Amino acid sequence: MTIDSVQPRREGALPPHRVVLNARSMPAYAYGHRSPIWWGTVGFAAAEGMGFALAIGAYFYLVFINGNWPLSAPPPDLFWSGLFTIVMLASAWPNSLAKRNGEREDLVRSRRDLVIMSLVGLVLLGIRVMEFTGLHVRWDQNAYGSILWVLLGLHTLHLVTDLGDTIVLTVLMFTRHGHGKRFSDVGDNAFYWYFVIASWVPIYLIIYWFPRWW
Amino acid sequence: MTQAITAHERDAVPEVTRLATGERGGAPGITSEADRPPDPQELRDDQVDGPELTARLAKTWGTEKGLIGALSTVDHKVIGRRFIVTAIIFLFLGGLSAVVMRLQLAQPENNLVGPDLYNQLFTMHGVTMMFLFGVPIGEAFAVYLVPLMVGTRNIGFPRLNAFSYYVYLFGGLMIWVAFMRNIGPDVGWFAYVPLSGPEFSPGKRADVWAQMITFTEVSGIAIAISTVVTAFKLRAPGMTLDRIPLFVWAELVNSFVIIFALPAVVTASAFLLMDRLIGTHIFNPAEGGDALLYQHLFWFFGHPEVYIIFLPATGWVSAIVVTFARRQVFGYIPLVLSLIATGFLSFGLWVHHMFTTGLPQLGASFFTASSMLIAIPNGIQIFCWIATLWDGRPVFRAPLLFVIGFFFIFVAGGLSGIMLASVPLDTQVHDTFFVVAHFHYVLIGGNVFPLIGAIYYWFPKFTGRMMSERLGKWHFGLAFIGFNVAFFPMHITGLMGMPRRVYTYMPEMGWANLNMISTIGAVLFFGSFLLFLHNIVASARRGALAGPNPWNAGTLEWAAASPPMPQNFDRIPVVTNREPLWAHRDTLPVVAGLSVENREQIVSTVTAGRADLRETTPEPSIWPFLTAIATTILFIGSMFTPWAFVWGTPPLALALIGWFWPKPSTEDEK
Repeated sequence: MTIDSVQPRREGALPPHRVVLNARSMPAYAYGHRSPIWWGTVGFAAAEGMGFALAIGAYFYLVFINGNWPLSAPPPDLFWSGLFTIVMLASAWPNSLAKRNGEREDLVRSRRDLVIMSLVGLVLLGIRVMEFTGLHVRWDQNAYGSILWVLLGLHTLHLVTDLGDTIVLTVLMFTRHGHGKRFSDVGDNAFYWYFVIASWVPIYLIIYWFPRWW
Repeated sequence: MTQAITAHERDAVPEVTRLATGERGGAPGITSEADRPPDPQELRDDQVDGPELTARLAKTWGTEKGLIGALSTVDHKVIGRRFIVTAIIFLFLGGLSAVVMRLQLAQPENNLVGPDLYNQLFTMHGVTMMFLFGVPIGEAFAVYLVPLMVGTRNIGFPRLNAFSYYVYLFGGLMIWVAFMRNIGPDVGWFAYVPLSGPEFSPGKRADVWAQMITFTEVSGIAIAISTVVTAFKLRAPGMTLDRIPLFVWAELVNSFVIIFALPAVVTASAFLLMDRLIGTHIFNPAEGGDALLYQHLFWFFGHPEVYIIFLPATGWVSAIVVTFARRQVFGYIPLVLSLIATGFLSFGLWVHHMFTTGLPQLGASFFTASSMLIAIPNGIQIFCWIATLWDGRPVFRAPLLFVIGFFFIFVAGGLSGIMLASVPLDTQVHDTFFVVAHFHYVLIGGNVFPLIGAIYYWFPKFTGRMMSERLGKWHFGLAFIGFNVAFFPMHITGLMGMPRRVYTYMPEMGWANLNMISTIGAVLFFGSFLLFLHNIVASARRGALAGPNPWNAGTLEWAAASPPMPQNFDRIPVVTNREPLWAHRDTLPVVAGLSVENREQIVSTVTAGRADLRETTPEPSIWPFLTAIATTILFIGSMFTPWAFVWGTPPLALALIGWFWPKPSTEDEK
């Protein structure tokens, strides 16, 4: 279409409206990809996932530069990290329950699931503290120690962030605010926890098993 | 591809099932609160009309008066305006630092500024232009315009958006205050190790650089995510993917590039800070680290950065070209695909910044090829714009003049870019003024000229008044001449061997005349900005009243008042064409049934743009501002002690809880 002139047709007037659709009967919120918050969570997971990918890239870059690996330290211990990984993977189950019961808007079960997830997070944080004691290298000892602490620290940051988020949401669901759109938040919180689990798997293999295989 | 469209049945509003999903909100078999009928007491916009509707919505969506109100606002237009003004102030600061450098270089052995200040000046110039102006200005326009252009009432995450602005502002203030106090960074805008590492840069200067990165990138990523969600989920019903305005496409692709590129520079600067402050060895070759790793991380961000600066400008150009060519764009699909291709390819070029670091030959060849490849999508865009103008009836107003200037300057910069993509030539002119000339042609041509055009174009929307056309033409002439006089000679100065980042040179080098010409050009170019500033200030006060659609343009932002009311639109438009206002010139098809008393907007589906939900969006809140303060304290504190993460986290966590906790009697609860 071409328009002949730059002159506006009606100075200062907005065009009148013609109603062609009514939104009254549309729902006030929904779950998963229908909700803008879900997309926001995906966006942050993408940006943070990119951060993980780059840190992992830096790890292998340093392996490549150095040739021998790990640098002047034995590989980190397997006990606490193995326990952490088992609990982490197992937490996918109560997490999926939280998501499902949230979508069913079942307040009693959602509360239970969120309490479980908060406790799981606290337990994991405790194991993580123990995990740091078995690394056999300090961050300021050499580049291997540095990048090891970076990877583990980065994951811990995500663990702590989602744990904080889960605890606040749990408390929220025990107040009078615990209804309606908040159930959609339960689902988005569970989604982010899946990201914390998924990002752990490669990091676990890289930190604990790769030095043994190299 | 494109075809001439007359207002015919193609623009007829389709049946309701194509405009709305009609799906329930709750899971199948569940009685969900989402599907409750709306409160019959609540006034809706199908019950009220005209000035009363406008006034009531303005009250619901308005910003409170007073300081607390101003700091609590979540209106994307208010935040967007602040964002644009702040970025332009940084543009002027960056420009001033450049003028000082040009004055110093005007003649050999000049002693206007010494080497230490000169190092700080070129670092501040680069940092300001790239991080405080280049990235934010594109995002700032997205914050203001994307919600209007997709026909919604606020940006995806309004509080996150407000928070991002304050974090950006505080980061910019921090680095400029540091500069004023003589602790400005002096290690170049990319702060290479080992120069910026603990051994060669004691003191706080490099830390200031690294932490400024954290501020601006946190802000940048958050806004990019808000923009993506706005463009994906808040589009007006009927705005299918192939009806999204090209400006919004450009900002959308740009946001994706930001989401994947910015983490690299955050990683680089975080590693640098750790090496400097807690003794890690990531970049320390003596302990198994590697300095080139820094360059890889930096340029993995740094090359997409160029496109982060350029992509929004393609959006401005597309909007301006279509409006002033008076026809729909030629090659909409190729233009969109070119944007996406540019976005992807921008990640495959970073190593061409590192050709002189000793790469394997295969690597050099690969990155040469990919650097040349990206000229293809950019060329396609240029040809589509020229074709649009060719086939249209161009009206040469100030915005279009700047776009024409962009064509000439950017293409010239692209040509020297093709030259630099070749390793042998790059090796010769690496770190000379040839490179300086190249990237100023690309960046000023590719961003600043379109930006000025965009400001002339949207100023009536932002302020309700027109800018002076006569001054605009003078401005264009002065800017175009000044720019070329300043930067064209640098190609030659560079080929004659003058390196970048030297504070002076000897007379026998023979660079004096060319440098003097460049300085005269720089002063002229700066003069054009003063004229621009005068035009902005004078027009904002006394410019002719614009009316909603002064250019008779086709996209939805021109269906709002100038400046837009807090609610943007009294009712959400329904879209049947890429240029909705050209398709429906007498009446605007709209959606009714949204609340007048609460902040409701339409959430639609990603591809077909069918209305799905009527979701509430957050009310104003002071907490994002307080969160930004807490973030600032933590970031600045952590430059001095790692314990800042311990004592800085509780206030931040508290502020975040305040932010997310639902307030009594707000729409959060409805």
